[in-house]
Amino acid sequence: MSGGASPATPLVTVEGIHTYYGKSHILHGVSLEVGPGEVVGLLGRNGVGKSTTLKTVMGLVRPSQGEVRYEGGTITGLAPHRLARLGIGYVPEDRRIFRLLTVMENLRTGLDRTGVDDQRKQALLDKVYQYFPVLADRRNQAGGTLSGGEQQMLAIARAMMLEPKIILLDEPTEGLMPRMVTQIRQIIEALHREGVAILLVEQNVPLTLEACQRIYLMEKGMVRHQATAAALRADAAVIHQYMGV
Amino acid sequence: MSRRAPVAFWTGFGVVLALLIVAPLVLPEFWRRFVTEILIWGLLAMSSDILIGYTGMISFGHSAFFGLGMYGAAAALLSVRPPNLWLALLYGLVAAAVVAVFVAYFSTRLRDIYFSITTLVFSQIFYVIIFTWTAVTGGENGLTFSRPALGIPGLFSVAFDSNTLHWFVLAVVTVSYLVLRRITQSPFGMVLQSIRENEPRTRAVGYAVERYKIVAVMLSGVFAGLAGVLYALQNRFAAPDFVFFVVSGEVVIFNVMGGIGTLVGPIVGAAFFLLLREGFSRFFTEFYLIPVGIIFTAMVIFMPQGLLGFLRRRLNQ
Amino acid sequence: MPILLDQIVIQTINGIVTGMILALVASGLTLIFGIMDVVNFAHGELFMLGAYVGVTTIVATGSFWLALLVATVVIGLLGAIIQVTTLRPLLGRDPLTTILATFGLSLVLQNYALWQFGPVARKIPEPFTGHFSLFYLDYPWYRLVIAGLSAAIIGALWLFLKFGTYGIWIRATTQDRVMASAMGIPVPWVHTAVFAIGAGMAAASGVLFGPLVGVNHAMGLDWVLKAFIVVVVGGMGNLGGSIAAAIFVSLLEAYASLWVSPAQAVIVSFVVLILTLLFRPTGLFVPTPK
Repeated sequence: MSGGASPATPLVTVEGIHTYYGKSHILHGVSLEVGPGEVVGLLGRNGVGKSTTLKTVMGLVRPSQGEVRYEGGTITGLAPHRLARLGIGYVPEDRRIFRLLTVMENLRTGLDRTGVDDQRKQALLDKVYQYFPVLADRRNQAGGTLSGGEQQMLAIARAMMLEPKIILLDEPTEGLMPRMVTQIRQIIEALHREGVAILLVEQNVPLTLEACQRIYLMEKGMVRHQATAAALRADAAVIHQYMGV
Repeated sequence: MSRRAPVAFWTGFGVVLALLIVAPLVLPEFWRRFVTEILIWGLLAMSSDILIGYTGMISFGHSAFFGLGMYGAAAALLSVRPPNLWLALLYGLVAAAVVAVFVAYFSTRLRDIYFSITTLVFSQIFYVIIFTWTAVTGGENGLTFSRPALGIPGLFSVAFDSNTLHWFVLAVVTVSYLVLRRITQSPFGMVLQSIRENEPRTRAVGYAVERYKIVAVMLSGVFAGLAGVLYALQNRFAAPDFVFFVVSGEVVIFNVMGGIGTLVGPIVGAAFFLLLREGFSRFFTEFYLIPVGIIFTAMVIFMPQGLLGFLRRRLNQ
Repeated sequence: MPILLDQIVIQTINGIVTGMILALVASGLTLIFGIMDVVNFAHGELFMLGAYVGVTTIVATGSFWLALLVATVVIGLLGAIIQVTTLRPLLGRDPLTTILATFGLSLVLQNYALWQFGPVARKIPEPFTGHFSLFYLDYPWYRLVIAGLSAAIIGALWLFLKFGTYGIWIRATTQDRVMASAMGIPVPWVHTAVFAIGAGMAAASGVLFGPLVGVNHAMGLDWVLKAFIVVVVGGMGNLGGSIAAAIFVSLLEAYASLWVSPAQAVIVSFVVLILTLLFRPTGLFVPTPK
């Protein structure tokens, strides 16, 4: 593993994770770190285990070995709803918005938390409608009636309702038009400015290089290489090696 | 699904068989009948295991096959003079088979829960028909009849006594067990198990899954009907209570308690349940189902492999 | 066929009354299935125990309405306890194990009732008497009131699900349990709450239905079977569908009992189920998936 400055007190640490789906050994000892407010990318071909890594962090899949730490404490094996409350947001591949709930109700699944007064809730909603005006227009429409791009916006907005410290973004630009890809990039930048950390899984290399500060490269269930985005921009060959692009 | 080496298996089999043959000679009357009843319910549970354990279809309809076997035998014994054992068997098996075809046709196209509910509904349909068609079935009161003689017309005829009935039942159940065992170990049986493991894949490989399921239901139904005939012979009456779906539920309990997919397990389960019932009845009278039900529910949660599975794991340690 | 119009009208009203109570029982069942894939075989016993709690409360206090409330709350709590102790450990296992576990529970509950209350049927007196003339019958007001109350309870449930935070949580969990959890919704507790609500609704039906028939330990059996049929015919997990199916099946049975005995009229619901499974297995009142 070549260089890339890792933060001193990481927000999320994944250490030596082995995960199985039934009998398939998907993750063979994955380790990575995300610092507070950092935008970190996870690149790799289809099937190397990028999504599984995110799911393991989010507690959707239980690792057979290894540890996940958040803000210093171990979170391996905790139920996802606890992690969401602790400040980890999740935007899955294929979005998974609640199709039969309206846009507003989708947002409320994250917004309706104890200890958040109405003023703060309204402020959150206003912010999200500012970022995604299209959602404001469609707020009473059922989630299933939105277009693919709009659903992606909703999925991200919904995660933002949790006021998370880190958002796990799984292939947000898959299947989107170039205009929307740009919008996603702008959202990531805006979130970064607010101090939200992001762990971005992507197959879109240029976007990842632009948006992230550090990037991990995965192959066959392991992290093989780690570098700053700047270093990788300078040396494209490394990426070709792992992405086969 | 027994993995014991053949020698060990046949030795065990022989020992158990010997014990069962000797049983009526040494046990008091009550326990004699008890053992015979265990065998009959065991046969019923075994038949159900074909579906539950080997094909992965939980049937709540076995009371229909059992009951129809019983009533079929009753019909033969009441309508033909002198009452003929073999005719009773024939009528009973045919009745059960016909019902099985009927049920199979409708329910096998459904999966999982829908299959279970449909079989339950069918057993209730037959219950209602039998309960209300008083002219033919005796309605609520059922039918009583006398036991036929064991014999082959023209060759010999011996009246059944408690012992010979027990041995007859034992013979029938043993043969049934061996036949079912052979079937489950045959290619047909393997296909059934593959349906249980992964139905879509079995279908994709090219097997006509529906047909296998129908045959499985029929097989299961016929042996359940056989158990019904034996029960009729043992007790000399047929009643609608046996067609009520709770009986099907009890059969499922035997299967789960003993260990599904083992053929022997359900018999063990039946024995276990009946012993528990006997034991608890002493203390709880007719409320034995409270503790037995609790034990059953606990077993579903903590010992899903049943007694046999539990013992097997213990022995392997 | 000399069936008079007034008989048809009477049976229509009877059918609707029974249908509304059946709808109340079935809604709980379909809600539970929709959200956690549990086929609750013990639902009929919750109905029965609700009726018994009602009987006991009335004997103690004389108030029908208090009995209704107490039964709903007590059995709701029982439902929560059952879910936490028996069903949570089974999460993630083969769904058929929940059928077995709830079946075992139904045996326990049924025999417990037999043990505690004996085999003789009890009666819940009607909260108010009073009839009105319907053709040649004195039709009791009470029956119409039960139908109205059942509808009101179902309506309240619908409102609760539609608005309110917890309603959103329940609907989200029903649609996508995993994502709901990832959004911070405490899914295990939502499951417990829904089971408790279903149990409470079954108990309420038991009390409401009590005055119409005798309360005895076996009353759950018929209802559980009918409720299952209704849930399947209406589309499993489909609340509106099960209500429509409940009324539909009850009406058909009511009309059928003009010709055959009530014991045989039951076959009607079986036939409806079988036809539904053959031709529209996702449910009669569910639009066929495209």
